[in-house]
Amino acid sequence: MRVGVRLVLAIALIAVPAACRPAAANPGVRTVEITIHYSHFDPTKLEFAPGTTVRFVVRNTDPIDHEFILGDAEVQEVHELGTEAHHQPRPGEMSIPAGTTRTTTYTFVRSGSLIFGCHLPGHYAFGMRGSVTVA
Amino acid sequence: MRRRLVLLVPATLVFLLAGGPAWACGGLVNANGSVTLVRTTTLAAYHLGVEHYVTSFQFAGVGGEFGSIVPLPGVPSKVVRAGDWTLQRLVQETQPVLRFAALATPAAADAKVLLETQIDALDVTVLKGGGTAVGNWAREHGFLLPPDAPEVLDFYANRSPIFMAVRFNGDRAKEQGISQGEGTPVHVVIPTTNPWVPLRILGLGAPADAPIEADVFLLTDREPALLPAPVEAGGSSSPLVGVAPEGSPRPGLVLDRSEPASGSLLSDLRSDKGMQWLPPSGMWLTYMRVDANAGALKYDLAVDATGAGRPSPVAAGLSPRDASALNEVATRIWPVALAALALVAGIATGAWLGRNRLRPRVG
Repeated sequence: MRVGVRLVLAIALIAVPAACRPAAANPGVRTVEITIHYSHFDPTKLEFAPGTTVRFVVRNTDPIDHEFILGDAEVQEVHELGTEAHHQPRPGEMSIPAGTTRTTTYTFVRSGSLIFGCHLPGHYAFGMRGSVTVA
Repeated sequence: MRRRLVLLVPATLVFLLAGGPAWACGGLVNANGSVTLVRTTTLAAYHLGVEHYVTSFQFAGVGGEFGSIVPLPGVPSKVVRAGDWTLQRLVQETQPVLRFAALATPAAADAKVLLETQIDALDVTVLKGGGTAVGNWAREHGFLLPPDAPEVLDFYANRSPIFMAVRFNGDRAKEQGISQGEGTPVHVVIPTTNPWVPLRILGLGAPADAPIEADVFLLTDREPALLPAPVEAGGSSSPLVGVAPEGSPRPGLVLDRSEPASGSLLSDLRSDKGMQWLPPSGMWLTYMRVDANAGALKYDLAVDATGAGRPSPVAAGLSPRDASALNEVATRIWPVALAALALVAGIATGAWLGRNRLRPRVG
């Protein structure tokens, strides 16, 4: 009985850290950090191989809100014309309030070119965008 | 959901923003992020170590709140309602009456609030803080800051962490019968040894190729030295400030008038509300037009009214590269100037010697 309890505790002690472990620790997930400063992304050019799963950690250093929208030109256009004030966490799409850091995970399935940008009023036209090459 | 204040930007030093006839504050950032540009007018006066800013905030209607953030060169000792016609009188002094008549148709720590006051329907708050702190304050108080705001706020905060946030209270405007387009003049008194006129803020939120137009009046104890130096009306653009990276070239700062202020002008201005500080004589009037693309308007106007003739590149907001470019220009100009001086001196000496040789000897 006592051995059973110890075994359960041991399993729990192993299981809890595993559950809390950040996705970055997953060898199958690559972490990319992006900084937003003066309404610009840094870096602005990224390259991944098809099938790569990327955990984007986006840090907004500005005193204004921003967003990170990853997708093709059509996705960008939808968001540029859209009226969604804030984005719920969706793969590749998120709002990043002023002075905060947010994460989103996205898997690049196919080869091609994608864009990440911010579509709050005036931000995309201001140049708040970057490109992703999947090849 | 909190209502957002539309940020109405540019007001500058003692600037009463009056656009010829329609007094207003530069650029209006609309709810969809677009910018409505209007011509602005500003008076920046400097006398006995005190800068007087007079600016006017135009009411955009009760349907939409809007506000302004104005960078200041120092902590104001008071912010009060200005007289009703100081700017109009300056326009009348420097522009043909017919034109005027035609135009007249219409990090951070938290920001510290230094002063709060109400002027008619305006709620005025003077803040001290870095660009991020002031940006946070503005966001938390409902201002919708355009995407270039973080950089522009830092641009100013690095030199002077003092800002004036102004917002129209729509309900009070309605109670007071203030109609759309009507301006409320504000007079900001700022003791400072380092006067400058914020110009870059005029382009806040505007696309790089958008034209920025403004009238800037200076009243100083003597003819001021300015940086960037304005070009003469009709002259070529300044190599430093004139041409936008994209869009049509514009001259930048154009000097239209630089002369002793007339007695009648000073007398008229002194008779307006709150303008009795102005001496009855001995002031110098400078009138400049800002005519630049927003993308090229990356500077402010430094004013050296001490007579030393050395306006500060830092006060002008010039980057070290721009400042060194100015030095290079000065370095290139000085040898040429010295050579020209030597040439003139040589010619004069030769002429004098020649005259002496030719002069008939007496005796």
